[in-house]
Amino acid sequence: MDLHFGDSKPTDEERAAVDALLGPPESSWEGADRSDADLRWARGGREARERRDLLLPGLHAVNDRIGWISEGALGYLCRRLTVPPAEAYGVATFYAMFSVRPRPSTVLHVCTDLACAAAGAPELCAGVEARLGPGSGVSVERSPCLGLCERAPAALAVRAGDPVRTAVSAPATVAAAVLAATAPDSAPVEPPAAAAVPQAGRDGLVLLSRVGVVDPSSLDDYRAHGGYTALRRAFAIGAAGVIREVTESGLVGRGGAAFPTGRKWQATASQPDRTHYLVCNADESEPGTFKDRVLMEGDPYALVEAMTVAGFAVGARQGYLYLRGEYPRALARLEHALGQARARGLLGDDILGQGYSFDIEIRRGAGAYICGEETALFNSIEGHRGEPRSKPPFPVEKGLFGRPTAENNVETLVNVLPVLTMGAQAYAAVGTGASTGPKLFCVSGSVDRPGVYELPFGATLGELLELAGVREGLRAVLLGGAAGGFVRPDELDIPLTFEGTREAGATLGSGVVLAFDGTVPLPRLLLRIAEFFRDESCGQCVPCRVGTVRQEEALHRIAERRGAAAEPDIALLREVGRTMKDASICGLGQTAWNAVESAIDRLGAYE
Amino acid sequence: MTVTPLGIPRRLLEFTLDGEPVRAPEGSTILDACRSAGKDIPTLCQGDTLTPKNACRVCVVEVAGARTLVPACSRTAEAGMEVLTDTERARHSRKVVLELLASSVDLSTTPGVAGWLKEYEAKPDRFGPDAARLNEEPRVDNDLYVRDYDKCILCYKCVDACGDQWQNTFAISVAGRGFDARIAVEHDAPLTDSACVYCGNCIEVCPTGALSFKSEFDMRAAGTWDESAQSETTTVCAYCGVGCNLTLHVQDNEIVKVTSPHDNPVTHGNLCIKGRFGYQHVQNRD
Repeated sequence: MDLHFGDSKPTDEERAAVDALLGPPESSWEGADRSDADLRWARGGREARERRDLLLPGLHAVNDRIGWISEGALGYLCRRLTVPPAEAYGVATFYAMFSVRPRPSTVLHVCTDLACAAAGAPELCAGVEARLGPGSGVSVERSPCLGLCERAPAALAVRAGDPVRTAVSAPATVAAAVLAATAPDSAPVEPPAAAAVPQAGRDGLVLLSRVGVVDPSSLDDYRAHGGYTALRRAFAIGAAGVIREVTESGLVGRGGAAFPTGRKWQATASQPDRTHYLVCNADESEPGTFKDRVLMEGDPYALVEAMTVAGFAVGARQGYLYLRGEYPRALARLEHALGQARARGLLGDDILGQGYSFDIEIRRGAGAYICGEETALFNSIEGHRGEPRSKPPFPVEKGLFGRPTAENNVETLVNVLPVLTMGAQAYAAVGTGASTGPKLFCVSGSVDRPGVYELPFGATLGELLELAGVREGLRAVLLGGAAGGFVRPDELDIPLTFEGTREAGATLGSGVVLAFDGTVPLPRLLLRIAEFFRDESCGQCVPCRVGTVRQEEALHRIAERRGAAAEPDIALLREVGRTMKDASICGLGQTAWNAVESAIDRLGAYE
Repeated sequence: MTVTPLGIPRRLLEFTLDGEPVRAPEGSTILDACRSAGKDIPTLCQGDTLTPKNACRVCVVEVAGARTLVPACSRTAEAGMEVLTDTERARHSRKVVLELLASSVDLSTTPGVAGWLKEYEAKPDRFGPDAARLNEEPRVDNDLYVRDYDKCILCYKCVDACGDQWQNTFAISVAGRGFDARIAVEHDAPLTDSACVYCGNCIEVCPTGALSFKSEFDMRAAGTWDESAQSETTTVCAYCGVGCNLTLHVQDNEIVKVTSPHDNPVTHGNLCIKGRFGYQHVQNRD
C-alpha cells in the first residue's frame, strides 16, 4: 500500500491529541521528522496496517481536543495508522458527532426526537438558537434522541479541550441549556441514575436491585450487594455449564431481535477458530430507549461482571464495549469500574486465580444509530464506515476482525447474573413460558413518573402505564421505539411479552413505551420518525437510502391532508415501505416504515 | 501457451429454481445459477471481476423460508434451497428500486436500464416533481477522465476496484451518510490532489457512465458520440512486457476509449495509466 498524503500539517495541539492516544511516532514513516536512519528502514506491511481499529479512537481524540478534524489532523492520524486518507475521510464524515469543517469548540446537541418534541423541544431549540448565534462560541445542533427521555427536553453540551468537558441539561430550559453550553463546568450536577428509576430501592427488583442502592463507583459496595457471586458460580460450573444454564433459562436478546442467548453463545463457543471475541452493544440509540444508560450509570460493575461471565462462556479473552458517544457519564463510570476491576484482579490475567484471562476495552460511538446494528458495529470498531455487512456469514462465525463473536446488548448481559445466581429454573419461572425473566421498560412521554421500570414478562401495557402514572387524554402509545409501532389507548391489555406483542401485530423492540397525548399532532410525530430514518440511513443500499427520503417527502405532502386527499400518497408509502421491508440489507431499512404503517392502519392517522 | 486454470473440482448442489430442479457447483451464487439456467435478472452493482457488494438490491429474489428477499448476486446457493425469481413480491421490489434510482439519479447512460424500467412498468415520475435528486455537476478536473456523480448509483464498484480488490491505491471512498453519501477523495479535493494514479480501472467497472473518458464525455456533450459507428479491436499493449489486452474503441478513425477484456486470466480488465490513456501516439499523424 503506497499511501499518498497531502501537504497539510497538523497543529501542535492536534499532534499532541493524537500522540496522547498513540504515543510519540517512532519514525518519519509514522509522521515524525525525517532522520537519516529512516532512509534505510521502512515500516509498513501487516503490522502497520493492523492498527486500523484505532482510527475511530484517533478521530475522537482530535475532535475532543479541537472540536473538529482538520486536513492536517486527519493526515497525521492516517500516517500514524497507515490508513488511506480517502478512507479516513469517509469514516470521519460518517459520524454525526465529527465535523471536518471548522466549528466553535463547544457544540450543544439539542434533542428534537419524539419524547423531547412532545415536551417542548421546538421552543427550546428556537430559544437556544436565538441566544447562541454566530459569535457565541457555541454551535447548536439539532440531535436525534439523546437517551434522556425521562427528563425531556434534553440537551448535551460538549466543549472540546484537554480534557473534553460535557454537561447535560435535562429537563432543559433555554437558560439552563445556554448555561450548560457556555459554562459546562459550573452547570448543575445531573441527578443520580436512580432518579430515572421510580421503583428504586423496592423489594423484588432483579436487574435494578442495586441502582440507587450501591455506590456506582465502589467495587466493595458492589461486592457487598451480591456482586461477583455469578462469576464465582460460572467458574465453578465451567463454560459449558454457563451456556447450559443460560440456554435453560430461556434468556433471549433484549436489544430487539429476541435471539436466544444460549444458542448464540453455544454457536460462538463451538467455532474451531481459536480467537473469539465478546462484544457488548451499548450503542443504545433507539429513540425512547435509555435503560442501558441507567444500568451503566447506576450499576456499572454488573455489566463488567456480566461481560466477564459471557467472555468466559464463549471462550473470549478480549471483550469490547461499544458505548454510544452521547453517554459521557456512563463512559466515566465504566472507565472507573474497569480500572478498579483490573486493580483487584477481576479483569486481566488469571481472574480470581482461575487461570482465565479477560479484559475489556471501551470503544465510543460517534453519533450513528446504524452502529447499533451488530455487523455495522464491528465495522465501526475496526475503523471502517459503520455500514452493515451482508449475512451470512453470521457474527458467530465471522464477526469482529473476522473472528467468531458473540454480541449482546447491555440488558441481555446483565440478565446473565440472575440466571447464574438464581439458577436457570428459578429464572425461567419468572415471566411467561415463552418470555422468561424480568424486562426493563423505558416509559416516557405523557406520564407523571417517566423512567425505567422493571416488570416480569407478562404484565400488560395498561399495568405498566398505570405504574408510571399515565396522564389523561392518552391518544397513542409507541411500542419499541421508532422501529416499533403505535398502539391505540383501547389496546392496553396487550401483554408485554415477545409473543403477546407479536400476536397483537406490534413489537416489544428494545422496551420503549412512549405515551402521547394530543399535544403534538400525529402527522408531526410521523414526520420526525421519517426524518430520523432519513438522517440515520447509512446509504449503502438503495431501498433505504432513497426510500427513507421518499417516505419523508410523502409524509410532508400529506401532513395537512386527510381522507381521499391523502390516499394516493399513502398508497405510494405502502409500496415504498414494502420494498424497504423486503429488500433492505439490514434492520434499519427493514423497520423504517413500521411506525408509519402502524399509525396509518391502527390509529387512522390520515382519516 | 495459454493455460486455462481448471481449479479444484467442485461438488454440485441441487436446489430448485422457479420450481425446476437445477444443479450448480458449490460456492456459486443464485445469480450464477440463474444465468446458467438462462434466466435474466437485472443487476447494477454486481460486477464480473469484483466481490458483490449487494448494495443496489435490484437482483433480489425470493427464497422459501427467508423473512426478507435475498440478493441473488451475493447469496450462495445451498442444497435444497427453493428460489423463486419472478414472484410478485420480488418483481415489486425490483420495480420500486428501479423507480427510486431513476427518480434520484441520471440513468441516461446506464446500459440496460431503459429496458428494465419498461419490463417492470416502473414509473419514476410518481414521486412528484419535487422529489430530491442528487443534483451533482460533472467534475472535470483532469485531462483523462470525468466524474459525473449525478449519474452515480453508489454501487461501490469503483471504490472496490481502487482499493483492496484490484488497484490498492485507495484514492477514493464513500464519504458522508445516507442520501448525502458520495464517492470522494479525501476532503472532496480535485482528483489531481489525491492519490489517484489514473489507471482508469474505476471507469472499467462503473455501471452507469458516471465515470467516463474525457473523450467520451466531450463527444457526448457535442452530440457526436455514436456507439453504433464504433469498432472494437482487441490488441496487446505495447508499453511493457506484461502483455495486457487492450480493446480500442474507434470512431471515425480515432481511438475514443480503451477498455480491457474482463476474462483475461492475468489482468481481469485492469490496466495502468499507459495502457488505458496512453494511446495518443497511435493517432499522431504529423
